[in-house]
Amino acid sequence: MWEFILERYNYWIVITLMMTGLYIVFSRGNLVKTIIGLNVFQTSVFIFYITIGKIAGGTAPILMGGHGGGHDGQGDHTSATHGADAAHDVSVKPTLDDLRAGSDAAEAAGEVEAHSHNDLAAAMKGVEQQPAYETQSLHSLPDMAQAAQGNSILADPGEAAEAVLTPRDQGLHDMPEAGLGADGHETLGHEAVTSVTDAAAHAADIIYTNPLPHVLILTAIVVGVATTAVGLALAVRIQEAYGTIEEDELEAEDYEAEFGERLAGSEAR
Amino acid sequence: MIHFPGLEHLPALPVIIPLIAAPFTIVMRPGRTPWLWATLVSWVTFACTLLLLEVVWHGGPTEYKMGGWAAPLGITYYIDLANALVMMLVAAMAAVVFPYAYFSVKSEIARAQSPAFYTAMIICLTGLLGVAATGDAFNVFVFLEISSLSTYALVAMGARRDRRALTAAFNYLVMGTIGATFYVIGLGLLYQATGTLNMLDLHERLAGQDNKVVEAGFAFIVTGIGLKLAMVPLHLWLPNAYGFAPSAVTAFLAATATKVQIYLMVRFIYTVFGFEFPFLEVALNAFLILGIVGMFYASFVAVFRDNVKQMLAYSSVAQIGYMLLGISFGTVDGLTASFVHIFNHALIKAALFMGVGCVVLRIGSSQLTAFRGLARRMPWTTWALVLSGLSLIGVPPTVGFISKFKLMEAAFQTTTLIPPLLVVLLIGASSLLAAVYVGRLIYTMVLEQPPENAPAIKEAPHAMRVALWIMVIANIYFFFFTDLTVGVATQAAEALMCSQAGCGGAY
Amino acid sequence: MFSLLSPDMAVYLALAVPVFGFLGIMLADKYPNIREGVTLITGVITLYMALTIFVAVGAGQEPGFEFLEILPGLSLSFKVEPLGAMFGILGSGLWIVNSLFSIGYMRGSQANNQTRFYMCFAIAIMAALGIAYAANLLTFFVFYEILTLSTFPLVTHNQNEAAKKGGSVYLGILLGTSIGLLLPAIILTWITTGTTGFALGGILASSVEANDPVVSVLLILFAFGIGKAALMPIHPWLPNAMVAPTPVSAFLHAVAVVKAGVFGVLKVAIYIFGIDFLSMGSAADFIMWIAAFTILASSMIAMSQDNLKARLAYSTVSQLSYVTLGAMLATSMGAMGGGMQIAMHAVGKMTLFMCAGAIYIKTHKLLISEMAGLGRVMPVTFGAFFIGAMSIIGLPPLAGAWPKFLLMIGSADAGHRLLLFVLALSSILNVIYLLSIPLKAFYFSDNGKDGVGAGPQGRVQWGNLKEAPFFCVMPPVLTAIGCVILFFLAGSLYDYLLPIMEVK
Repeated sequence: MWEFILERYNYWIVITLMMTGLYIVFSRGNLVKTIIGLNVFQTSVFIFYITIGKIAGGTAPILMGGHGGGHDGQGDHTSATHGADAAHDVSVKPTLDDLRAGSDAAEAAGEVEAHSHNDLAAAMKGVEQQPAYETQSLHSLPDMAQAAQGNSILADPGEAAEAVLTPRDQGLHDMPEAGLGADGHETLGHEAVTSVTDAAAHAADIIYTNPLPHVLILTAIVVGVATTAVGLALAVRIQEAYGTIEEDELEAEDYEAEFGERLAGSEAR
Repeated sequence: MIHFPGLEHLPALPVIIPLIAAPFTIVMRPGRTPWLWATLVSWVTFACTLLLLEVVWHGGPTEYKMGGWAAPLGITYYIDLANALVMMLVAAMAAVVFPYAYFSVKSEIARAQSPAFYTAMIICLTGLLGVAATGDAFNVFVFLEISSLSTYALVAMGARRDRRALTAAFNYLVMGTIGATFYVIGLGLLYQATGTLNMLDLHERLAGQDNKVVEAGFAFIVTGIGLKLAMVPLHLWLPNAYGFAPSAVTAFLAATATKVQIYLMVRFIYTVFGFEFPFLEVALNAFLILGIVGMFYASFVAVFRDNVKQMLAYSSVAQIGYMLLGISFGTVDGLTASFVHIFNHALIKAALFMGVGCVVLRIGSSQLTAFRGLARRMPWTTWALVLSGLSLIGVPPTVGFISKFKLMEAAFQTTTLIPPLLVVLLIGASSLLAAVYVGRLIYTMVLEQPPENAPAIKEAPHAMRVALWIMVIANIYFFFFTDLTVGVATQAAEALMCSQAGCGGAY
Repeated sequence: MFSLLSPDMAVYLALAVPVFGFLGIMLADKYPNIREGVTLITGVITLYMALTIFVAVGAGQEPGFEFLEILPGLSLSFKVEPLGAMFGILGSGLWIVNSLFSIGYMRGSQANNQTRFYMCFAIAIMAALGIAYAANLLTFFVFYEILTLSTFPLVTHNQNEAAKKGGSVYLGILLGTSIGLLLPAIILTWITTGTTGFALGGILASSVEANDPVVSVLLILFAFGIGKAALMPIHPWLPNAMVAPTPVSAFLHAVAVVKAGVFGVLKVAIYIFGIDFLSMGSAADFIMWIAAFTILASSMIAMSQDNLKARLAYSTVSQLSYVTLGAMLATSMGAMGGGMQIAMHAVGKMTLFMCAGAIYIKTHKLLISEMAGLGRVMPVTFGAFFIGAMSIIGLPPLAGAWPKFLLMIGSADAGHRLLLFVLALSSILNVIYLLSIPLKAFYFSDNGKDGVGAGPQGRVQWGNLKEAPFFCVMPPVLTAIGCVILFFLAGSLYDYLLPIMEVK
């Protein structure tokens, strides 16, 4: 019981912050406090995003040396998927069969991608095709994902995620890690098959944290800062126009302006 | 089809053009230049969206990858008929309201602020178009906030006439931010469950999923968008924000902002979650109830408002009820009705608010008393208001009638919580409420005498009158010629509904 | 051939000419003579068009055209059948008479905004013709709403508090019932049958059973949705509309507006439900009894009204329900009686209203109790009033006799004996509240309070007449003569309308 609660400490933090923030916003106060409440509220969301991106034992999503070639082909619309769960117990050297399966899949995916440049319907078909590819290599997914790693295959991160994760069976707790773990590790680029082995071997040693939520949250932080700035600017203007930033007083003044009489219960100043 | 160079970038152009144009605006000399520039930008954007609609209409849905990055990683713009229509609508409203704005802005906003004003307007346009264009759920949030932030500033600019604009803008900011944050929370939960942010992929991955995480995500997203689109009872920010914003801003926002949010709601419900999503039923029933409550409650409040701008703002809340009602039916007809009403209501409200703007310019007030005997003092404005007011009620030959017709037609053909006939009668009854508040306005303008010793006033400037009458004529034109509205809306709705029936993909 | 025009063209022009008249009146704003000349010329041309159509329809043609397709399958289109042709000729013909009266009345009362008055009139007549010639429910609805809106400025013409209140009730009830009930009815018909077109024998029969609840729902929606038919309890708009200047009441609320309503009811009964179909179900009975109730109840109310126009208004409510009753009898005689009642009552009631206007213009008297002895100084006016009243009561040899007669036959056919009693009782009530007015005017004295009626009782003072202006007196005399002529033309009208009873 306690373990269950404690394990999810990050969510407790998020929920506490969220409620605190909302409470500050809604309870009467002065406008600056409202803005601060809003910030606390938003911060909870930032933390929420960051925690779902975190993989236990993962490092910052910066490529460690060893396969610099991976940076080149980033324009090629393809990404490698790496099941995080797989990373723990995977054999370092993929078998030859796995490699082949991986590169087949890569080709298929490449085609799909090529089509989708112009033709959405084709892309849709492609998406429909993918399950077929999955069933073919589902049992060996971890290995395959390994192989695929340096080799730049396709597969939408989540596609793999779905294979790994069966949400109905898994609790709230496991899901984030599993789901995000699935696309937790991405590298881009083309590599010769020969270098795949190296790269895969290397990557297996390092577990990266999912960078996407972090990137998203960077954007959200920028938005949050902008909102705060606009809000504070408005507060300043309100102070200039009304001479107060207390909500009660503002409301009383607005009420008076609207109906020509004082709000019942408000004290004359 | 003529091929222009750069046509392959067409889906992105409506968003990119104003986005790039905006920064230039702020450094311009106050006065006429920023206005001319903004007008130009809006017209070019409008042309792009028209072209885009044409392409999508005849060539099927189109896709654009930002910077060449494909869907899982990059941001993709998917344009089908639904967004093409909404984008065209938004840009069209901009193209009409921006030229209209000049005199109104001149009188309502300090000259020094005019570059900032037009910058904010253009950014707002960018944001709205972006929300409509993008196929990436997180990108939606970004554009949502781009448009919202500029809207807060725009609303606050009404402070020169009435300082209450500031508090209105502040409330809007708080509510809007909470709404957007709810949306992001919901999106985070969906991301947990699926690992993607692309709407198409989301739909794929969500298929068959029914667990607490997805349900919570759904609830957060619907509530968040509901806040943004002023769904009763989350509408409290809207009347003041619209009521105190500068007239041109009100006209633009009333015609576009909530419409884009409705579109977003539809997109999430039908494209992202899809029809098999078990939790959807709950939401649709909620929309049905909230829609009806909104129709009546907001109309009722509107009847007792003495400030015409606020009256029309409450009326907007009521009209959102109609759109939600259309969505709640969960049928092609219902969705068509919603889209038709999105389009028609934009025309109606733009015309009404622009008319009120003319009055504010010449008489300096939007109180009902200022409208007394207006028919003698400003006949052009008056008759524009009368015609668009009738359109709001739904009297033929105006577009409002088409909306009502489609909505009632859809209502008859559904099986909801409430018997169809009752729904239809309720729609009729709420139209009657609209007749009451519009009738009050029309009566004041047409049949009352102008106040004693009222100073002689001129009609509104030509630029404003022309823009106003373009809208009024559009109100009548689209009654007679419904290819663009009903035709496109039906196809768009069919495509959206098809996504879960498995006929050829989500778009 | 009667006309050089093709009948299709005539339908087009009948609708277009009043619009041009509208523009012409607007342009002639500053010149009253030209303005009223334009009105009259427009009226004559429109009547010519209506006659052309009338003749063509009599020859078995169905002139019409499709104007525009608004939604797939839903178009604005026109197709004239005998009932519509009759209504068209009635509207455009009486418009001319009424315009003459308006000239006398409006000038006599030195009213404001006369240009607006004539402009709205032109639009109203266009709308009435649109209703008459509509080929489907959608077109009917569009013109129905235009009629409501274009008459609103006329009703509130005096722009005082009473006009404001009356106008609000007028617009509220008519718009409310049309959007709240009629529009749903139209859409339900559209969904049920896939069409909104009027077709002889009805369009519902092929889609639903006569006992289907949908039929009852539709009938109730239609009966109350067409608020202009003034079925109780949605009749209050009509008495409230009496705040309007008398020409408006005379034309719109004895002819165009109210008749458009009952015409709609009749047309829906014949061309949407179909007489046979209606007789099979039980829904019509309900409306029929409501109509019967309206006939009696509003007659009773009329008796208690001292204001002449209010009494005429309630009389109209009562008489309109004859048409609804005829339609709901669901027998061919009932429908025929309803159709005739539209024409006959229009002429009679318009006479009464115009007389009321003439009295008001000359003496500024509105209350019946003040009219004692007036007949002796305004014998022509009250003579016309007497003839009109006799016609409405249904006494031969006046036009109103025929519809009453046919309705009684229809009631007997349908097996509703009680209705015979209702109709008879109503006629007695009519006698009381209508004939008491000329009686009072001719035979009573007000004891010479204000100089009129000072002469010996029962003797008209031919040397001391105080008639209203010529233009106010001549039109009611014309229509009174019309009442007599129509009595003898009724046979032709019967034959003309026969096709509506032919069920395929």
